Amino acid sequence: MQAYIIRRLLALIPTLIFASVIVFFSIRLIPGDVIDLMLSQNDISTGQDRANIEAALGLDRPVIVQYFRWVGSAMMGDFGNSLWQNTPVSEQLLARMPISFELGLLALIVALSVALPIGVYSAMRQDSLGDYITRSFSLLMLAIPSFWLGTLVMVFPSVWWRWSPALEYTPFLEDPIKNLSHMIVPATLLGLSMSAVTMRMTRTMMLEVMRQDYIRTARAKGVGEVLLVVRHALRNGLIPVVTLIGLQAPVLIGGAVIMEQIFVVPGMGLLLLEAVSSRDYPVVSGVFLVVGVGVLLINLAVDLSYGLLDPKVRHQ
Amino acid sequence: MTSETVVTTMELPRKRRGPVVELLSRLIRTKPLGAAGGLIFLVFLLAGIFADLLAPFGMNDTNLVHRLEPPSLAFLLGTDHLGRDVLSRVLIGGQISMIVSFCAAGLATFISILLGVVSGYFGGRIDMLIQRMVDAWMIFPGLVLLIVVISIVGPGLVQIIVILGLLYGIAGSRIVRGSVITIREQMYTHAAQSIGARTPRILWRHILPNVMPVVIVLFSTRVGAVILAEAGLSFLGLGVPPPAPTWGSMLSGTGRTYMYLGPWLALAPGLCLTIVVYAINVFGDALRDLLDPRMRGSR
Repeated sequence: MQAYIIRRLLALIPTLIFASVIVFFSIRLIPGDVIDLMLSQNDISTGQDRANIEAALGLDRPVIVQYFRWVGSAMMGDFGNSLWQNTPVSEQLLARMPISFELGLLALIVALSVALPIGVYSAMRQDSLGDYITRSFSLLMLAIPSFWLGTLVMVFPSVWWRWSPALEYTPFLEDPIKNLSHMIVPATLLGLSMSAVTMRMTRTMMLEVMRQDYIRTARAKGVGEVLLVVRHALRNGLIPVVTLIGLQAPVLIGGAVIMEQIFVVPGMGLLLLEAVSSRDYPVVSGVFLVVGVGVLLINLAVDLSYGLLDPKVRHQ
Repeated sequence: MTSETVVTTMELPRKRRGPVVELLSRLIRTKPLGAAGGLIFLVFLLAGIFADLLAPFGMNDTNLVHRLEPPSLAFLLGTDHLGRDVLSRVLIGGQISMIVSFCAAGLATFISILLGVVSGYFGGRIDMLIQRMVDAWMIFPGLVLLIVVISIVGPGLVQIIVILGLLYGIAGSRIVRGSVITIREQMYTHAAQSIGARTPRILWRHILPNVMPVVIVLFSTRVGAVILAEAGLSFLGLGVPPPAPTWGSMLSGTGRTYMYLGPWLALAPGLCLTIVVYAINVFGDALRDLLDPRMRGSR
């Protein structure tokens, strides 16, 4: 297992290098006149400010030097200062990260508690009416844009029942109930859209596993259906599902941007949108990099759990 | 006896049909739901192409007398807060969605083929390098990448097509690469190599035709994904700029404020999006089952 972990960690290095190159050069694509625009937006167009902004973006050095300086300080957790608020970007990131994390975790809980039981049920009763309805539902959830569902949830309950979802964020530690009653709506919508793919995968895998010889052996020995599914089938059937959850991490984060915008959840997604609209590029690149590294770590965690779940992987 | 059998088969040649007709008839016979999906998508495509003829009003004709009117005979889908006909706007919005989806999915497919074939066929260091770059590219959530890049290059039809094409093209190259690696090891490829065929010829005559099934499936699934991504961007105000109506932007911005007074505003664009994407997904699934059994259940 140790060798496996080390191998996985080493494999991260090239990905990280290329990812940092992508983040760095995408910000470098800013044409020069954007700085002018930033200046004109704030009525401070003196030569001194231009030099300041160029220095803040690190544009006054050769590109290679800029890159290594940027990577060096990013590795120390220093993403520079926000252009407008003059506070360290890392501070803003640290404040927003737990909120996004909470939203993602809640969404994942919703997704799994919907997808796993229904996926297993669907496989156990293959081609029944229930299976058919479930499959149609999951295909439909793949097609419904989450921002439309969000809009509908905002509009129709308020028209019909004069109820609309809470839009005021309260920190969890301050008032857990209030916090959850705000977060649960975006988390549910996000989780539902994620559950569609997971449900399909669970069903496919369960169908495959249930036809295996060892399941037939267990059945012949008189193992009850529930124990059969929980102890024997799920353990093997879930391995690809775990991978899928890892693969969905980017989808989850991307979808969260829209949910955070609709339901005013002050997480990383909303920070990104705010930074984009105010052209606060140090913040944009900070969020960009942190999100990428976050996904990378989730994938690593998934890979490692894969090794735990499936001895074959470890010994390859 | 044996020679007789050969003769009979030669005397009764199977009715030759073009591969496209053959595929279509198999689709209708074995996958009626998928065929229906394809048909629905075709209807939307035609509606998009002829949107200018079909729209009863101009997309930006404001009529302040008829503000926020519910659906009626004159305005089949009602009017918005500026008295613009929602049906006309949905039709033109559909046109924009179709243009973006076909151009971006086409570009994406091209990029996938290029990267996939180079990486898969040549292998070795080139493959290694390209794959690590693809790895890095894929850790960024699509929407986040789109937001960042659009914030830098600015919103616009061309920018969105290019960026969506790049985004899905790079991700899709994995699938093409996998398929190319299998084909590279086939007997006919080795045979072509051993009789001294040049690389471009092998790529063109042997590799490309055989990855086509995968590519067609890839294209069809990309169309749906691109429509959703474009709508999401428009919803965030980073899509095709106003006053052009897009399904995403009709659901956001000032429109959302007026939805409490006119809930029908929230229905038409979202419903269109859902139906189109559902139809193309079902169609793509059916195509995948027919053309590329290995990809079954991989989504």
